[in-house]
Amino acid sequence: MSTKASRSAARLMLAPAVILLLAWMLVPLTMTLIFSFQRYLPMRGGFQGWVGFENYARFIGSSAFWPAIQTTIIIVGGVLLITVILGILLAILLDQPMWGQGMVRILVIAPFFVMPTVSGLVWKNMFMDPNNGLLSHLWRFFGADPVIWLSDASMLSIILIVSWQWLPFATLILLTAIQSLDSEQIEAAEMDGAPVLSRFWHIILPHLARAITIVILIQTIFLLAIFAEIFVTTQGSFGTRTLTYLIYQRVLESQNVGLGSAGGIYAVILANIFALLLMRIVGKNLDR
Amino acid sequence: MGQIVLEQVTKSFGDVTVIPPLDLIIEDGEFTVFVGPSGCGKSTLLRLIAGLEDVTSGEIRIDGTPSATTPPAKRGLAMVFQSYALYPHMTVRKNIAFPLRMAGLDRAEQDRRVEQAAAVLNLTDYLDRRPGQLSGGQRQRVAIGRAIVREPAAFLFDEPLSNLDAALRVGMRLEISELHNRLKTTMIYVTHDQVEAMTMADKIVVLRAGHIEQVGSPLELYKAPRNLFVAGFIGSPRMNLIGGAEAAKHNATTIGIRPEHISISAEEGAWSGVVGVSEHLGSDTFFHVQDTGLAETVTVRADGEVNFRHGDRIYLTPREERLHRFDEQGLRIA
Ligand SMILES: Nc1ncnc2c1ncn2[C@@H]1O[C@H](COP(=O)(O)OP(=O)(O)OP(=O)(O)O)[C@@H](O)[C@H]1O
Ligand SMILES: [Mg+2]
Repeated sequence: MSTKASRSAARLMLAPAVILLLAWMLVPLTMTLIFSFQRYLPMRGGFQGWVGFENYARFIGSSAFWPAIQTTIIIVGGVLLITVILGILLAILLDQPMWGQGMVRILVIAPFFVMPTVSGLVWKNMFMDPNNGLLSHLWRFFGADPVIWLSDASMLSIILIVSWQWLPFATLILLTAIQSLDSEQIEAAEMDGAPVLSRFWHIILPHLARAITIVILIQTIFLLAIFAEIFVTTQGSFGTRTLTYLIYQRVLESQNVGLGSAGGIYAVILANIFALLLMRIVGKNLDR
Repeated sequence: MGQIVLEQVTKSFGDVTVIPPLDLIIEDGEFTVFVGPSGCGKSTLLRLIAGLEDVTSGEIRIDGTPSATTPPAKRGLAMVFQSYALYPHMTVRKNIAFPLRMAGLDRAEQDRRVEQAAAVLNLTDYLDRRPGQLSGGQRQRVAIGRAIVREPAAFLFDEPLSNLDAALRVGMRLEISELHNRLKTTMIYVTHDQVEAMTMADKIVVLRAGHIEQVGSPLELYKAPRNLFVAGFIGSPRMNLIGGAEAAKHNATTIGIRPEHISISAEEGAWSGVVGVSEHLGSDTFFHVQDTGLAETVTVRADGEVNFRHGDRIYLTPREERLHRFDEQGLRIA
């Protein structure tokens, strides 16, 4: 796309997609913005006038706001930590030649195809159920008291469920990155006297740096919005109320659309701050 | 010290035997070149010596020590890869220092050796760049730098110049020869370029399909190729190989004569032919002579000034004492 004619042709052909995308994004965003400045209670009288920034002040002033932010950050951070570390290990493992490689790879990717609601329910009922869950059987088998996962270790449970969902994504991206590593580099390091761990630390990990930042970037944006896993398990109780869940409660449980919309705008701002921050890091990495 | 002995070494990948039993001795301080056509097992042989592949059977001894169980790092060998295999995220300085860092040398000693190697290889100005910001020749020198700082018992080069352009190749060839003269370390050099082999080697090992066809100094191989394969492989342009009645006159199945051992004349000679393509190099001219009735074309070298045109009839006379004779198995007749 170097000539003027081809550039404008390209713009013309891109236009429908761009316009559709903009409409798709802008319409809900604008509506959220409009609602956030209204006192709007659908079941209790509907629109009750413009209130300026009152909703914003109330949302941030509520005792639930900061704990929700904290919960969100812990869940996102925990899931990132688990998926990146396990993802690297799994990617290295899957990169080794072994029998039934194709099958194993498909199995590893499988959790990604399970809908969040389904996986949340499966974990809740099959694994974490205090009476009949597999985990409680395992605990009893060793003579321990079963953990009541979703209430006693609620955060850990949510982090585990979401990690299980996202591990395949991390593994897949990291696996392709590992496969693009020149095997002669590893051999050169081997000849240079680097033992296995040093080879990992000095050659493989730096090679993966870019892929890791991309995994973190994409996952963070999606993880900030996790909802279904919480909805079908703890319903936001036991300290698992994230920002997204708080907004949901404000809108649907308290029937306060204005307040929820203000929260939604906060969430958009938060996601953008994260995205910008991460883009900068990725950008720095991509420069090399 | 760096004597390398291969005894009955074989290598198979699954059912495919790449190296049939092979014996070879590389003396300390020798510059040995492995040459052979693509896929003949040169890299495999080098990787066996390096320890990057396990031998299927047989033994490799480095300085008398059997090295079957010695990991690559402990063999005291340094390898320069065809793709250079530099670490892209490290600066030139860190690349060169990497083996020293792994060996646990202190920082001052690392810096000293890196500076020294950089000075030898003209890399001092580039020490803080990354490999991606260097030219091909500079990358090549960094790879060599990374090898020399370890002060290895022997260097292994796998086609180190094949990614460089012709002019740079000549320059690097001289630099590597120079390096060998100064360090006097054993070097094994893999190439399929017979000019590199002829100009650099103390000893050439000609390989075909994993077999050693001949081992000897460049001049030995040039003067007395042991068989047709070596005769055709060593020397540029290739030796003219002539069969049929002309060969029978010399009691051989095939005779060979190098382009530079044929004299050329406009009036008279043993053979006659018509000039086809001529290549003027300035110093020399190569004529590809057709219709001689001997072989499809006969290549002849003449002085740069000699000027025949396409289609001229010329006469050729081989120098009898430079004629090579081969029997029906393709082996040299003494
Ligand atoms: N890992 C492997 N598995 C199976 N076959 C292999 C393997 N490595 C090499 N070979 C085979 O061994 C033979 C020799 O390969 P090698 O790389 O040693 O050739 P080479 O002489 O270095 O050729 P080139 O000049 O093209 O580099 C080839 O036929 C190749 O297909
Ligand atoms: Mg090779």
